[in-house]
Amino acid sequence: MNPRDTILASVRRNRPFGQHPLPPVPRFPVSEDGGRVARFARSLELMGGKVLEPEPDADLLTTFLEANDLPTPQVICSAVPEITGNRDLATVSHPANLADVDVAAVRAVVGVAETGSVLLTEAQLQVNVVAYLAQHLLVLLDPADIVASIQEAYDRPEFHQSQYVVFHTGPSATADIEGVLVHGAQGVRSLTVILLPRRT
Amino acid sequence: MKDSLIHPDLRSPRNEAPVGPDGTRLQHAEGTSQPLRTRSAEPQPRGAKVDGDKPIDQREAAARFIAAPEHARMHDERLWDLRRKRDAEMQAIPEWEELRELASQIKAHTLAHLDQYLEEFEANAKANGVHVHWAQDGTAHNQIVHDILRQHGAKRLIKSKSMLTEECGFRHYMAGTDIEVVETDLGERIQQLDNEAPSHVVVPAVHKLRRDVAEVFARTLGSDPDSEDVPYLARQQREATRPLILTADAGLTGANFAVAETGSFVVCTNEGNADLSANVPALHIASIGIEKLIPRIEHLGVFIRLLSRSALGSPITQYTSHFRRPRNGGEMHIVLVDNGRSARLGMESFWTSLKCIRCGACMNTCPVYRRSGGLSYGATYSGPIGLILDPTFDKRKYSTLPFASTLNGSCSDVCPVKINIHEQIFAWRKVLAEAHEIPLAKRQMMKAAGAVLSRPALYRAAIETADSALRYLPKFMVHNRWNAWTEGREMPPAPQETFHAWYARTHLKPTGDKVPGGKGAPDEPA
Repeated sequence: MNPRDTILASVRRNRPFGQHPLPPVPRFPVSEDGGRVARFARSLELMGGKVLEPEPDADLLTTFLEANDLPTPQVICSAVPEITGNRDLATVSHPANLADVDVAAVRAVVGVAETGSVLLTEAQLQVNVVAYLAQHLLVLLDPADIVASIQEAYDRPEFHQSQYVVFHTGPSATADIEGVLVHGAQGVRSLTVILLPRRT
Repeated sequence: MKDSLIHPDLRSPRNEAPVGPDGTRLQHAEGTSQPLRTRSAEPQPRGAKVDGDKPIDQREAAARFIAAPEHARMHDERLWDLRRKRDAEMQAIPEWEELRELASQIKAHTLAHLDQYLEEFEANAKANGVHVHWAQDGTAHNQIVHDILRQHGAKRLIKSKSMLTEECGFRHYMAGTDIEVVETDLGERIQQLDNEAPSHVVVPAVHKLRRDVAEVFARTLGSDPDSEDVPYLARQQREATRPLILTADAGLTGANFAVAETGSFVVCTNEGNADLSANVPALHIASIGIEKLIPRIEHLGVFIRLLSRSALGSPITQYTSHFRRPRNGGEMHIVLVDNGRSARLGMESFWTSLKCIRCGACMNTCPVYRRSGGLSYGATYSGPIGLILDPTFDKRKYSTLPFASTLNGSCSDVCPVKINIHEQIFAWRKVLAEAHEIPLAKRQMMKAAGAVLSRPALYRAAIETADSALRYLPKFMVHNRWNAWTEGREMPPAPQETFHAWYARTHLKPTGDKVPGGKGAPDEPA
């Protein structure tokens, strides 16, 4: 027998006794004191992220740089029409060529109030690794796209259709040395969500 | 949680962690809830001495760990802090117990129908264009991964942390090939550079202090050996590893969950290193234990809510990544590994250990683990979950491990999938005793304990005798070579009276009836 059939035969032979029905999963509400957007912002800030709500006519990149106390970036990759980049993601021949990106800008599919997460897929990222190799990540999120809970987020069709779906909840982080929290372990050093309705 | 350190002298006057927009100190991921730091230099105690399949002497290694007070105290403090952060998260979720019950039932159901779910997962993954391989044991896993790498002419593999590859001895195997393996998780990279196994399933270098890391990095990365600045040390590793990531030929990840319905798998990290490993090279290999299956995407809404909260007391990991299809121009392989799991499924008392989602909550809460360090177990899995998994791999080598427990049950209380860990630890003691895998002294003690525990009157008499004996016996009679418990600690002070005597005195009416096994009628009305 090949290894596959041997393993499956062993699993069948050793099946545990009893019925073990699959339980239905109820939908649990999440507290949204102060409103869903406020809960989202509070959750994300506790995970090391920033949330900005710029004035309607403000320059997004300037707002972002000032809020993070950052100098003018050399390389900007933008996957959103609201921000102009200087390197086209469509022309990237190898993911490693994004190693020098200072700021990447993308738009989230949805946000999650419970945890402060934003959901991204290959469609938003264009090149997946831009969200990890960039030094700083800027995510646009329509407040109307925020769902209450992780449970609700899993209703999204992307989990059944996309190649790659990821929740980002704050920046890359580690506290592997004496529990001291450090942002920018291997991935982005900062994550900023700018609340901005989608262009219709 | 303020001012509640177990070891107050570890409190740091200076906050080293980032702060949020309102100025409060952040404590997400595995960050401590209070600023801690060690001060004195002290050599790192090393793990258990491993000699073939000779029984591991956990006690000997634990004694050396306790004898390094700076390491022992920081270890104890950090893990207990994770436990308290977990409690705070739990208390914020009214449905916590319901979630645990659901998680436990979903896992039980999946394991009872594992053949169907494995077939469904395989069919969907294949339909997604993913290559699916099956490995009966660790060696087969290593050979399959090696073959894939060889076929692609790969010279360097970057990987994210995976307990399964530790279990398979993958890094050791690859050391005999011409392919370089680079760990990308900071803690795991520290352990790799120091040629040491991970000591904890979630925080692999939790037993090391900042000076230990500075020494390892100075030796291997050429960083400043005198620096005690943690962000500096983390940056050294980031900068040294990044060029290796950018030029790697293949990436390997584990998986926290594999979803039958979609053929996708989920990886949770705080560093984003699994996403780098999977998304920089064109070739992505995922090593997945067959027990990682869950039926549907909706079930992630239960498990993701439990995993990081149980592990670190953080609401979610920084990155929760779902891989379903290879990216355009890329190639994806899944290796489904048995390595004893299907056999464990048939062990009536132990099959539910396959529900484990490797959160490490049982380790963080365990008084023995916190004081002895993960490497003292000399096994891939340490702490309470290790005590019940390790003997399934080697009954003789890990025969002593189920005794490294007080059976206090805290591990079972915090387990997010409700594994009866402490009961399985006790059940393993019986199995090992019957298989004559435990020393005579322990067998005699268990026999005596069994006789006493089965007869209430005898038990109460024994307790009264033991308590008064504890009060009056000289130390040398309690601290003897048969009582391993007192090697690293004092016995607790004996209570003034037994519970039965106290209950009789304070709660029973003075009817003159003799309290069974007690001191007779209470002296005063309750």
